[in-house]
Amino acid sequence: MEGVQSKMNKPVGDGPVISVVNLRVSYGEREVLHGISFDVRRGETLVILGGSGSGKSTLLRTLMGLEKPGAGEVWIKGVNIATASESELDEIRKKMGVSFQGGALFGSMTVGENVALPLREHTRLEDSTIEIMVRIKLEQVGLASFEDYMPSELSGGMKKRAAVARALAMDPDMLLFDEPSAGLDPIIAAGIDDLILELKKAYSMSIVVVTHELASAFMIADRLLLIDRGNVLAIGNKEEIQACTQPRVRQFLDRVPEPQVEDELNYLQMLTRDLKARN
Amino acid sequence: MTALPDRLGAATLNGLAYIGDLARLAGESAYITVVGPFRGRGVRLQRALHQAMAVGVGAIPIVSLIIFFVGLIMALQSAYELRRLGAIQFVADAVAISIIRELGPLITAIIVIGRSGSAFAAEISTMRVTEEVDALETMGLRPVAFLVAPKFLAMLVMVPCLTIWADFMGVMGGCLFGVTGASFTVMSYLSATRDALLVGDILTGLVKSALFAVVITAVGCQEGFSSGAGAEQVGRSTTTAVVRSIFLVIAVDLVFTALFYLTNRG
Repeated sequence: MEGVQSKMNKPVGDGPVISVVNLRVSYGEREVLHGISFDVRRGETLVILGGSGSGKSTLLRTLMGLEKPGAGEVWIKGVNIATASESELDEIRKKMGVSFQGGALFGSMTVGENVALPLREHTRLEDSTIEIMVRIKLEQVGLASFEDYMPSELSGGMKKRAAVARALAMDPDMLLFDEPSAGLDPIIAAGIDDLILELKKAYSMSIVVVTHELASAFMIADRLLLIDRGNVLAIGNKEEIQACTQPRVRQFLDRVPEPQVEDELNYLQMLTRDLKARN
Repeated sequence: MTALPDRLGAATLNGLAYIGDLARLAGESAYITVVGPFRGRGVRLQRALHQAMAVGVGAIPIVSLIIFFVGLIMALQSAYELRRLGAIQFVADAVAISIIRELGPLITAIIVIGRSGSAFAAEISTMRVTEEVDALETMGLRPVAFLVAPKFLAMLVMVPCLTIWADFMGVMGGCLFGVTGASFTVMSYLSATRDALLVGDILTGLVKSALFAVVITAVGCQEGFSSGAGAEQVGRSTTTAVVRSIFLVIAVDLVFTALFYLTNRG
């Protein structure tokens, strides 16, 4: 138990947990993020809002260490993950819980085994202790007694809850959510929002949520970061974002559709740029 | 239109890069299996055992049946010619040598490609589509250590074992003809088989089967990891894994058999 207890201690200091400085990320020759900067403060929930293709998922993947920054810095708990070694990255990842869009539960394992996996791999705890911890985590997300179910037997909302339980397994300092309410009906989605709020209250964790659901975003966020076409449009608390007069922000918040006719030349340029990047 | 030498050069470079990728996967897995236990965490034996059951034990019925038929076919085919020459008693030799040196390892490998190589590619590419591979990485777990190394270990143990069993079943197929179509008894057929073989024949078959195991696992896993997103890509990576594995297994077989021939010519 000692190992887990020590992992539960929150690090001291009041600096930001995540600090992104002038981040640029490219796929091939195509740059997706064009110099993004922001901080995630300790204990806050930052919601990254953006439309499809805005680069918000790439941004989240970069925070997880799955994409290498082309330029700029991503400081997580004092380590720049742009230049960190694999072992440094692994240490950060142990303190970072991730909930993927579809849950990403391992289909060949039961729900209980999924939640137990990080504990079995990273700690030397007894099986009986792990079993108890798995039960506690599943209870926290409202899935008590579902340990022996296979992920394929769960509904979409339950899969996400199970994924959150797995993300909580190592008692992380920060939680990252990719589209937590995507593909869920409004009632189940509201349940996931409540869960995020409860977790924040219970653990005072730093939480980063990527979403395009406005209602959900305003419900759970302390601060919002709007990104569009790889750039930061606006960052601020709910009131600041609501009061923002920038046309692109207003278009997004007021759900105004994009004009149908694109600039033909721009469109062609975009297509050829994609082709070049692929070659 | 690109000039032929250009295309040839690009294809050669791609081929070499692909073989490099396979070697990297195999090397990384070997490192995890051999050095891993001394540096914290080695290969996941539980997962290797699970794979071994699927790859090896699960394949026994189909391998037995197919190779039994192949042994019988080899006996029938060689009996045609041998009977004309009045040398029907050599049917046991013909079956033994062809099965144990060549067809046992090769047919086993091809069945394993169909059952397991394709399954490896499908499993890993599906895991990529459902972000399970990403989930492993974000948990600080290496996908190669978690997914690939147990498969290599299971295949390296089980494919040679399956091959030994296949050799036996192939000989039994020949034996069926020997007993019913020629004047052998079971015992006389088996002792004729034993006299026809050298220990080296069995060993080269086993070494070949171990090499095939490495090729099949590396190609299956590599195709899984390099697949794109989407359900269609899963199907494509599975097909590519099967086609490339069959080609590479035959190529490795050719190189190895040629080496065996050249070194034993004198």
